[in-house]
Amino acid sequence: MPDKTKERITIIRPEHGWVGINFSELWEYRDIAFVLAVRDIKVRYKQTFFGAAWAIIQPLFTMVIFTMLFDRMTRVPTEGIPYPIFSYSGLLLWQYFSQSITQSGNSLNASSNLITKIYFPRILIPISATFAGILDYIIAGLVLIAMMFFYQYSFSFLIIFVPVVLFVTWILATGIGLWFSALNVEYRDIRHALPFVVQIWMFVSPVIYPSSMLGKYRWISIVNPMSGLINLHRMAFLHTHPPDFRGFLLSSGIALVIFFSGLYYFKRVEKNFADRI
Amino acid sequence: MNSAIKIRNLSKRFNLGEIRGYKTIRETLQNMFKLRMEKQDVDYIWALKNVSADIRQGEVAGIIGRNGAGKSTLLKIISRITGPTEGTIELKGRVASLLEVGTGFHPELTGRENIFLNGVILGMKRAEIKARFDEIVDFADVEEFLDTPVKRYSSGMYVRLAFAVAAHLEPEILIVDEVLSVGDIQFQKKCLGKMQEISTKAGRTVLFVSHNMSAISNLCARGILLDHGKLIYSGTAKDTVKIYLEGVEENKTKKMEWTAPDKKYPFMNVVKIKRFYVKDAKGNIPSGRLFNSERYDAIIEADLLQSDGRLIFFITYYSDDGTLLFTTDAHDTGEINFSQVSPGPIKLSVPVPVELFANKSYQIELVSALHYTGWILPAGNESMMRFEFFRDVDSNPYSNETRLGFLAPVLRWKLSRL
Repeated sequence: MPDKTKERITIIRPEHGWVGINFSELWEYRDIAFVLAVRDIKVRYKQTFFGAAWAIIQPLFTMVIFTMLFDRMTRVPTEGIPYPIFSYSGLLLWQYFSQSITQSGNSLNASSNLITKIYFPRILIPISATFAGILDYIIAGLVLIAMMFFYQYSFSFLIIFVPVVLFVTWILATGIGLWFSALNVEYRDIRHALPFVVQIWMFVSPVIYPSSMLGKYRWISIVNPMSGLINLHRMAFLHTHPPDFRGFLLSSGIALVIFFSGLYYFKRVEKNFADRI
Repeated sequence: MNSAIKIRNLSKRFNLGEIRGYKTIRETLQNMFKLRMEKQDVDYIWALKNVSADIRQGEVAGIIGRNGAGKSTLLKIISRITGPTEGTIELKGRVASLLEVGTGFHPELTGRENIFLNGVILGMKRAEIKARFDEIVDFADVEEFLDTPVKRYSSGMYVRLAFAVAAHLEPEILIVDEVLSVGDIQFQKKCLGKMQEISTKAGRTVLFVSHNMSAISNLCARGILLDHGKLIYSGTAKDTVKIYLEGVEENKTKKMEWTAPDKKYPFMNVVKIKRFYVKDAKGNIPSGRLFNSERYDAIIEADLLQSDGRLIFFITYYSDDGTLLFTTDAHDTGEINFSQVSPGPIKLSVPVPVELFANKSYQIELVSALHYTGWILPAGNESMMRFEFFRDVDSNPYSNETRLGFLAPVLRWKLSRL
C-alpha cells in the first residue's frame, strides 16, 4: 500500500476568493456522494407504513384534488387533454423538482455534523441530495404510464426527451440547491423562505394549468425555467401538440446560468462553512 | 526519516462575531450600514499563532494544552475541515481524522448500513470495508444487532461500533481528538491497544489529542504543548506532560485560590463566577500543601444574575498525572436548586474529603455548565490548582509513603473472633 501513496502530498494554505473545482478530487470522493444518496433513499421511508407508496400517494392525491377544483368546478382549458393526466404529468416533474430543491437547500445544515468533523468536497452534499428524488420520480412515473393506457395515449418517439428534460431539471434543481444551501449556512432565513418559494413557484408554473392560460402574463413562463421543462415533459409523454423546443432551450439556458453561478458562489464561500455553520 | 506533517508558521484567526452565532440577512444589512457609519474595529482572536512543527513518519505525537489552547483548531486545519489564515501545512499520504465517534451515523439505519456509511465518510473505499467487514463486527462485538437500527443501540454499543469502524482505517496519517473519553474502560484499553498497533506495526503517523495525561505518556513518543494558540514546547511525551502539569499550577507555594480573570465567559447573563478557593478551619487560604489533620472547604463565589435550573457546578479531583479521580456535583445532595435561588452574590462550599487522599500530589478544578446547553468552565480549564497531600496524622504504624493507587481512603476495618 505505501507505494501508491509515496508521492501523494497535500499542501494546505490559506485560500482567497474563488477556488477552482478539483475534478479529480470529486472523482476520488465519489463514494461519499453515493452513500449519502443511498442513505437519503433508505431513510426516507423507514418506519412508514406505506413505504415507497408515498412517492405515488403525494402526486396522485394532489392530482385528484386539483381535478375536482379546476376541472369540475372552474373548467380549466387543457388543450384537449383530460385534466387528470394533464395535471399528473406536470405534478410528476414538479414533485421531483420541488423535493430536490427543498432537500438540497437544507442539505448543508442537515449535515453540519459532517461538515465540522470530516473533510470531503462539500459540494457533494447538495448534489447528492438531488439524486434521491429520481427514484420517487420513477415510481410515480409508473402511475403516469398506467394513466396513459387508461386514456389511450400511445408512446411516440418524443419519449426520448423525458430523460433529457429530467437531466435539465436536475441541473436546475442542483443549481438552486447550491445557491440555497450555501446561503442557508450564513443566513437561516433561507430555511423559512424555501417552502414559500416552492409554493409560489408551483403556481406560476404550468403544472396544473396550461401556459396559454397566462394571457398577458405570458412573460412569467419565459423567465420561469420550469415552464419550458414542464411543457416539454408533458408533450414527451402525451404528444398532442408540437413540442415547444424554443421554450425548452430557453429554460435550459437559464438552468445552466443558475447552475454555474451557484457553483461559483458555493466555491467562493465553501471554505467558511465549518466556521459558520 | 521523512516528515509526514510539516507545519510552517500556521495561524488561524476567528472573528468574534462568527463565534457568537449565525446571522440573518437583516443583521448583515445592519452591519454593512454600521460599518460604513462607524468604521468600528472587528474583534478577533488568534486561535493559533505562528505554529511550526514537524512530525516524522511513523511517529505518534500527542498534543496537549488547556481548553482553548488551540488543539482542536490545529487538528481541524490538518484535517482540512477549516482553512488556516496564514501559513502552510504539508501532508504526506492519506489523512483520516477521527474528531468524533460515529460521524455520519444515521440513527434510522442499521448497524450494517452504518458501517458502510461511516466507513466511506471516514475515507475507506467500499471494497475495503467489505473486505474488513467481519473484522469490524468482531471488534465491535455487535453481531446479533447488525440489522437493528442504531437508534435502538445502547450508548456503549453505539460507541463500540463507531470506534470499530474507525480502528480499521488504514491511512498514512491518523488524527484522533479526545474520543477515547467515551466508552467503558475495557473498550478504551482495546482502542488504545489498536492505536498502538497501527503505529508500531504499520508505521503510520498518529496525531492524538487528549486530556488524559497517562494515555499521552503511554501512547505517544512525542509531545507538543500548546498554550493560547502558541507552541510552547515540543519534545518527548513524558517531558511535555511534565512541563504541562508544572505550568498549569505554576508552583506549589501558590495559594489555593483562583480569581476569575476579567474576560468573557459563556452565559455571563446567567452567572459570573468570581472566585474558587480552598480554606482551612480558621478561614485561611492554604498554599498547595494540605494535611489530613486539618479540615478544608472548597468554596465557589459567584454572582447569580438569573435563577436558572440548568446551572451546574462540579469540583473535580485529578491525580498528578491528570487522571480524573472523581467529581462532586453541587446537586449531589438534592438540596440545591438554582431555579429557586434568587439573583445576587452566592457562595457554595463543600468539604475537601481529606480521609480519601494518599501522600501524593493532586489537582482540583472547578467545572461549570448550563445543563444540556453549554460549558461555562469545561474540564481542563484555568481554574485547575495543584496541591500536595500529607497524611501527617496516621493511625497506621506501617503507613508508607509509596502506597499503590491514586487514593488511600481510610475505611473501617473490623476484627472479630470466629
